[in-house]
Amino acid sequence: MQLLRRVTAFSIILFSRLVTAVRGFWPEGEPRKGQAIYFANHTSNGDFVLLWTVLPTKMRQKTRPVAGSDYWLTSKLKQFIGQDVFNAVLIDRNPETRTQDPVAQMAEAVEEGSSLILFPEGTRNVTEERLLPFKPGLFHLAKQCPDVPMVPVWIQNLNRVLPKGELVPVPFICTVHFGEGLTLRPEEDKEAFLIRARQAVLDLDPEQEGAA
Amino acid sequence: MNDHHTSLMALFWGALAVLLLASGIAFFLTRKAGPEGPSDSIQNLNARIQAWWVMVLLLAFAFWWGRGGVVWLFGICSFAALREFVTLTNARRADSWTLAVLFYLVLPLQYYLVWLDWVGLYAVFIPVYMFLLLPVLSALRGDTDNFLIRVAEVQWAAMIAIYCVSYIPALLSLNIPGFEGQNILLVAFLLIVVQASDVLQYTWGKLIGKTKIAPRLSPSKTVEGFVGGAASASLLGALLFWATPFSFLQAGGMAVIITIMGFFGGLVLSAVKRDRGVKDWGHTIAGHGGFMDRLDSLIFAAPVFFHLTRYWWSV
Repeated sequence: MQLLRRVTAFSIILFSRLVTAVRGFWPEGEPRKGQAIYFANHTSNGDFVLLWTVLPTKMRQKTRPVAGSDYWLTSKLKQFIGQDVFNAVLIDRNPETRTQDPVAQMAEAVEEGSSLILFPEGTRNVTEERLLPFKPGLFHLAKQCPDVPMVPVWIQNLNRVLPKGELVPVPFICTVHFGEGLTLRPEEDKEAFLIRARQAVLDLDPEQEGAA
Repeated sequence: MNDHHTSLMALFWGALAVLLLASGIAFFLTRKAGPEGPSDSIQNLNARIQAWWVMVLLLAFAFWWGRGGVVWLFGICSFAALREFVTLTNARRADSWTLAVLFYLVLPLQYYLVWLDWVGLYAVFIPVYMFLLLPVLSALRGDTDNFLIRVAEVQWAAMIAIYCVSYIPALLSLNIPGFEGQNILLVAFLLIVVQASDVLQYTWGKLIGKTKIAPRLSPSKTVEGFVGGAASASLLGALLFWATPFSFLQAGGMAVIITIMGFFGGLVLSAVKRDRGVKDWGHTIAGHGGFMDRLDSLIFAAPVFFHLTRYWWSV
């Protein structure tokens, strides 16, 4: 089982590199070590795979994506990939059916020493808008884990590889841009923090207006 | 050991000697750098030389494998180049069938035809059949916004990244009397002249370059660099005549054409990069940028070299 997990993880990374030649860009030029909560734009189901791929192996082993259980528990294969290969923190996005508080689940994983990948837009963005408004979970998590930097991430081009509704991924070069880590400022309220965090992600888009 | 093995080994040892010399100089420059470490251009030089080592070793492996190795190597280069080219186009959702067909069917089929030696088909497969059929796939999706631009971009991507690159392994299928079984030397000749010309133009430009040829396209391309680089690379080509079916003068003439076409390739593909606001095609080869940054000159030189050789030397 362990072997199957590793082989699957390796194949997924190899495949994502083949299709996207993905490369990560850090503000210091090389990956910043240590625990972090990565939050990124969400345009495709492959988003966390790309982010995961560009992390160095040691960091990758300690990094868990946060994903909706309504998607990842619907088939045996998805469950194997989501739970066993990626070790995802599966949260129930529907407040009516859930039995566990998603923020508590995430905070627990952080306390165990894991880094997290999350998509605060809450769902895949298929609109013309570059980034949807953020859900409040990010703020509550920042409050519960004040010592872990929240690192904004922009994933470029993956929506072109596999647009929603298409079956065959088409190769495009993708890049993953990491920003400086944020922490909740004293007395910063929910709205101000979410706006600041969202802007930090937008600022990383290399194609934004006026970017160098 | 037959004749062409000896020639090939001589070229390989020559390339190795040049690389060793370059590595030695780079090592010396890095050592000489002050306490704040080597400058950016020396770091870039080091990265480039390292990438050259990988490229020469990969080529040596492909040549040792023979025909299959060369076809595979350039097929993979085509894939990487196409991926870079398509990334810069306006291709959108409505083009995803077209692009999937281009990557997963047209590209392998073109290289399969090259491997089969089917000149009559691989010369027209993309510019006739695929140029007519691919737009149909995009049209069927019904999205007409920027249709002409999108179709033209995909066609040029196929031309540049697949068709032209496939002419490098296609050299293996030329049938030159008295040169049978040695065609791999033609591939080596083309690669050496083109890459030497790139490096020499850059070096001459750094040393005496003043007059910019196209300042808006590429600040590093100068008249002095081009003339010096093209002349010295052509001389190198002429001196390599013993490894080709050409005489000394013929090899020099071919090398002149190859370096001029290579220069045009670099110029045109720089214009594409400028248009799309990027400095490099990609980031896959440390110090060089993307595959297209390394292939641009070959892309323009290969088909012309192929057809000239075929017209005058092959039967």
